Formats: sequence, C-alpha cells, structure tokens
Amino acid sequence: MKKVTTLLAAGLAAAVGVANAAETITVVSWGGAYTKSQVEAYHKPWMAATGNTVVSEDYNGGLSEVKAQVEAGNVKWDLIDVELSDAIRGCDEGLLEEINIDDFPAGADGTPAADDFLPGTYTDCAVANIVWSTIFAYDSSKMENGPSTIADFFDTANFPGKRGLRKNPKANLEMALMADGVAADEVYSVLETEEGIERAFAKLDSIKGDVVWWEAGAQPPQLLADGEVAMTTAYNGRIFNAVASEDKPFEIVWDGQIWDLDLWVMPKGAPNKEAAMEFMKYSTGTEALAAQASWISYGPARKSSSPLVGSFHNKPELEMAGHMPTAPDNLKNALQNNFDFWADNQDQLNEQFNAWLAQ
Amino acid sequence: MTSTADVIDDKLLQKRLDKAMFNRRLRAFLLVLPILLFLLVVFIIPIGYFLFQGVYDKTFSSIMPQTTEILSEWDATSEPTEEMFAALAVDMVVARENKTIGKVATRVNRDLPGTRSLFTSTARKVSKLEAPFKESIPDVKDKWNDIEVWQAMKTASRKFTPGYYAAALDLKLKSDGSIVRQDEKRRIHMILMKRTLQISFLVTVFCLLLGYPIAYLLATLPTKTSNLLLILVLLPFWTSILVRTTAWIAMLQAQGVVNDLLVFFGITADDARFSLIYNKLGTLIAMTHILLPFMILPLYSVMKGIPPSYVRAAKSLGATNWTAFWRIYAPQTIPGLGAGAILVFIVAIGYYITPALVGGQEGTMISNTIDGHMRQSLNWNLAAALAGVLMIVVLFLYWLYDRIVGIDNMKLG
Repeated sequence: MKKVTTLLAAGLAAAVGVANAAETITVVSWGGAYTKSQVEAYHKPWMAATGNTVVSEDYNGGLSEVKAQVEAGNVKWDLIDVELSDAIRGCDEGLLEEINIDDFPAGADGTPAADDFLPGTYTDCAVANIVWSTIFAYDSSKMENGPSTIADFFDTANFPGKRGLRKNPKANLEMALMADGVAADEVYSVLETEEGIERAFAKLDSIKGDVVWWEAGAQPPQLLADGEVAMTTAYNGRIFNAVASEDKPFEIVWDGQIWDLDLWVMPKGAPNKEAAMEFMKYSTGTEALAAQASWISYGPARKSSSPLVGSFHNKPELEMAGHMPTAPDNLKNALQNNFDFWADNQDQLNEQFNAWLAQ
Repeated sequence: MTSTADVIDDKLLQKRLDKAMFNRRLRAFLLVLPILLFLLVVFIIPIGYFLFQGVYDKTFSSIMPQTTEILSEWDATSEPTEEMFAALAVDMVVARENKTIGKVATRVNRDLPGTRSLFTSTARKVSKLEAPFKESIPDVKDKWNDIEVWQAMKTASRKFTPGYYAAALDLKLKSDGSIVRQDEKRRIHMILMKRTLQISFLVTVFCLLLGYPIAYLLATLPTKTSNLLLILVLLPFWTSILVRTTAWIAMLQAQGVVNDLLVFFGITADDARFSLIYNKLGTLIAMTHILLPFMILPLYSVMKGIPPSYVRAAKSLGATNWTAFWRIYAPQTIPGLGAGAILVFIVAIGYYITPALVGGQEGTMISNTIDGHMRQSLNWNLAAALAGVLMIVVLFLYWLYDRIVGIDNMKLG
C-alpha cells in the first residue's frame, strides 16, 4: 500500500512538474566529495520527482561573486551553499532573499521545522543543511600511540613531526587556547581580551617552526598521505572520505573539535526563485538530510534525521552515526564556531596573523 | 590690384591648406578612435574608477546622513550628546529597514574591531527604543558610552578619506585627522611590499643570468637549429601558467622528483628532504621559469640584429675573446637587456597565481593580499589603495629606469 502511495505521489509530483514546464535551477556548492553527496542525496531525487533540472556549479566560498551579481542586477545563481558568517553578513547587507522557517516542511515525526532544526541552524535568510567540523587527524600506521587530546597536537616533544594547519587565524586560535587549558565554553571570552589573543599566538608560536600551512580542504588528507605532516587539522568529512573510500589509515581526534554550519541561501533576485525555494525545502527535509549522511560524514541539521542515518553508501558495515560531529561521544570537548566574534575581529586578527606569519 | 588678389589668393590657399591638414588629422584621429575608445572603456575608466575608491568611500555618509551631519560638528573629544544619539537612532531604523546596516557595521568595524555586532544587534532593537536615546541606546549595549565608537564613526563618515592609503602604508588615520603608525602587531603591508620588490628583483636577475646565454646561443646558431631551440623556449610560453606552476609542485615537493633524485644519489637522507616549495625558494624557482621567455625573446631579437663582423673586427685588431665580448658585443645588447629586465620586473611585481600556489607563508606577495581584500574581506577600498601604492612604486621605478638607462634605449624586437 505504502509503495502505491509513494508511486502516486511521485507521479503527481512529476505531473505538477511537467505542468509548470520543467525549470532549470543553478545550485552552487564547494565541489569535491561534498558536492557529490549533495548531488546524490538532493539533486537526483528532486530531479526525478519534479522533472526540473539542477545545474551544479562549484565555488570557493565567500560573498564576492554574490555581491557582484546582485549589485550588477544580473543574478545567475539560484541557491548557494555558504558558511554561517557569510549567511549572516549577506543578510545584513541585503544581498540575500529572506526566508520563513515556518514555510519549511515539518520533520518526519511531525515536529514543526522551527523546532526540528538544531538550535541556531537557521537565520532570517538561511537554512542549514549540515554540521561540519574542524578536527585534527593523524596517520595511525605511522604513530602507534597516537595523540588523543588537542593538547597533544601542540606537544611536539612527545609527538614529534610536522603539523598541518589552515593558513587562517580561524579555528587555530581557538584550538591553541583549548590546548593551553582553556575550557571550550570560555574560549571566546578569553579571546575577547588582548591577553587572550597573546596567549593563543604564544601557543601557536611554540609549534610555528613545525607547521605546514594548507588552504584548500582537499590538501590535509593529501599532506597526511604523502607523509608531509605527522598530524594536521582538517574538515572531518575529508578525512572520513579518505578513510572510507580510499582505505587510508587515518584517525580523527575529536577532542577540541570546532563545529560550524553550511547553509543554503538565495541571492536577492534569483532567476528561478520558486523552483529554487522548492528545492531548498526538499533538500533540507528529514529524508534528504539523512540520505546525504550516507555519502559524507557531516551531521544533518535536523534532529529528526539523526535516527534515519544509516551506513556509508557502498559499505553497509560502516555505520555513519559515530562519525558525525554531532555524535555525543564526539561532542565531549567541542566548541561551536562563534560567528559574531569572527565578524567583529577577523580583519584585525587576519592582519595580526599574517604579520605573525611573516616574522 | 594684383597685390590684393595675391593676398586673397594667399589667404584662400592658407585656408585650403588648413582644411586639408584638418581633414588629414581628422582621418588619422578617426583611425585611432576605435582603439582609443576601447582603451577608455575597458581600461582607463574602470581602473580610474577603482583607484578612486581608494580615497572615496560614501558607505557611512550615504546610509547614515543625519549622524554624519551631526558628527561633522562634533569635536571628537567631548561627551556625545543626546542629539547625536537621536540622529543615530533615526538613521539606524532606516538602515535596518533597508537592510543596509550590515554595510555600516562592516565599515566602522574596519576602523575599530569589535563594533560590527554592536551595530547589527543594536539595530535589531532600535525601533522599539524611546527617548532619551542617550540612555536607551547604551542600555542595549553599554559600549555605546565608549567614546572610541563615536570617534570611529566620525572617521568613517568622511567621504574623501586618506584612511585607506594610510592603511596600505601601515599607518592609521585618527578621528582628529592626524595619522599615526599602525599597531606594531598589525604592520603587514610594508613587509609584503618589500618582499614583493625583493622577489621581483631576484627573479629579474635570475632570468637575466639564465636567459642571456640562451639568447646568445639562439642568435648565433645556424637558423635551422636555432628555430628548433626557439620552439623549446616558446612551448612553455604557450602553456598555461597553472599547468606550469602545478608541474613545479610535482617536481619540488618533499616527495617530489627532485627530492627523490637527491635521496637516490645519497645527497640527502630520506628523512631530511629539502623544503624546495611552499616558501620563498619555490616562488623564485617557479616564477623565474615562467618569466624566462620574457627575457629571452627581446634579447634574442636584439642579438640577432648585431652583425657578427663587429666582433670579428675587434678580434682582428687584437682584442681577446673576453674584451671583444665585453667592449663590443655586450654594449650592443643593452636595449634588449633593458626591455627584458623591465618586462620581467613589471610582470613579476603584480604576480599572484604562482606565489599563491607555491609561496607558502614566506613566498606570497602584495598582490595576494589585494586578492584577499577583493574576494574575502570585501574591503575593495583598501584593495584599491594597495593597488594604487603598487602602481606608484612601479611608475617610480620606471622613471628611475628612464633616468639611468633611458627608455629610448629599449628595444622590444
């Protein structure tokens, strides 16, 4: 019976799609394994259900292209996957369409969307799809008694070898403070002070000579695989995929992880607003988010998706739940990236960080 | 009678001549008009407009008109008055409705870090606030009592501002109009500027050392062989910069070809491989390779035009090979050398893809910072000021070159 209804629903949706004359929307994301997970979990099923087409484009983050398109009145993109800082900043500057969370479908268990999404995962202009995290990882085939805490990352005496760090003060300063013994919930209040910043830089200074700096998310797994570094910070999904798809002997240390969100936003004046809005609702639905989690280890932003998260798409024995940033075991000593702090201080800290690097 | 007629004739002739000259000039002008318009539309106007942004910023004054007006009368030291708070409240309500408060917040935050959230969070509540605003606004965030915030707003409210050029030179514009040095921890642009000049200079020297013998070889070999060799010079020239840069990454990285060979021949141990890339050395190697054709080609074309009989004549008069080369041959190559050097140097000074990919922390240049301000911090005004400073430096060096070598002495082909 259920099958019949599903079929009927699909048929109906297809009919509606045809009646609307199939539309083509442009969805922009970060590329690589991450875009692939979205294509598999969002684009393909949505295209099958509605008859519309999704064109996927890659970008490297940031608001400059959105700003250029909106200010020139020539918007080409319908939906963009952005970081929280850009979602809030774009909204404040009037570059993004506003959305109403109450228009979004309720969770599979009937919880209204506003309660089903994790706290803080939607704003006036954006809805999150995933929770990702900056963690650090090492190659377990090269280190028998590997590191287990964030302090070990900065301990080159007991854990010798090069360290990979992102060439950006973000996450590095927080991790430095946590390694220096600051509790996760006090990190940002310490960083608010001049002494706190000094303290974080002093901690980074202690390993500066051993650091290999990376910029793109694809680099850290490569650095580890090449043996260029003994351990490196990375985005958890990239390390997970290297382990799951390429059987790399990498181990993630969750202690001191810094988690953050990726959200959908729509530029002001998007060419296919309605279809893109439908896609946004579909792709942040309980099932779509749970399906995405079988392609990459980023946690779904809806509570109702968590119980549905299964195993890796081509490895039924690999359960995904324990690999999510949001898994209870992984959250023991974790920090949420504080957008307000970075929006206020990033220009100054970037300069200070770059000056520190140049010394 | 006749003389008058002559005068009239003269005048007529003069007129006709003028007309003919005018027509010729007009035709000449019309011929160059397309390229002139093209340059104007795609080059001079956009670049001029962009550079103008380095000194002009109306973000604050256009979104916060009332505050701007009242701040212009404020002496920047006395306590902010109720009128100032009221003007701020009025402007904020409008800015909140128009969704422009974020722009104001970003603008002020550039001068005083930590104020962005002050603006956005206050704006969210400001429509519900009541007079006296001098009390109700600081109730939302007590930071509004901080005179620094008002001073930063006063600085930001200037339409024409030297602030961005000051920032590009590691200086800081204060609210009273004076300029002081930037906080020592934030002085970054001068370091990068010096490094950019240093790298460009070294790349030019290396290109010269490597390119001169190659150009000499090309110019003196029989045409058949030299054409073949010329293709070897041009082939990389036609290959994408990205491809060449990534090829260098494969060559130079710790597990790359060069290090593998060094380990194989026992020059270094396996666990002590050289760091040849992601540092200044990597930038120097990759940029020298990429810019080498810019040195070889002008040198080659100049050397090709030097008659071999001069050197032979010198030798027949008793000069040694060395003297003949230094006294007779080398001076004649100066025009090509000058052209090659200035081409390489000026292309190098604005280089950005290669240093971004292989520069690591010590090999990146000022253009990478300009790129960062264009794409990440979206501080286009500062990017414009940095680009302006870079342009002034290049023009100055060009002038210096003209004084020392002479621009007429340059020969591109």
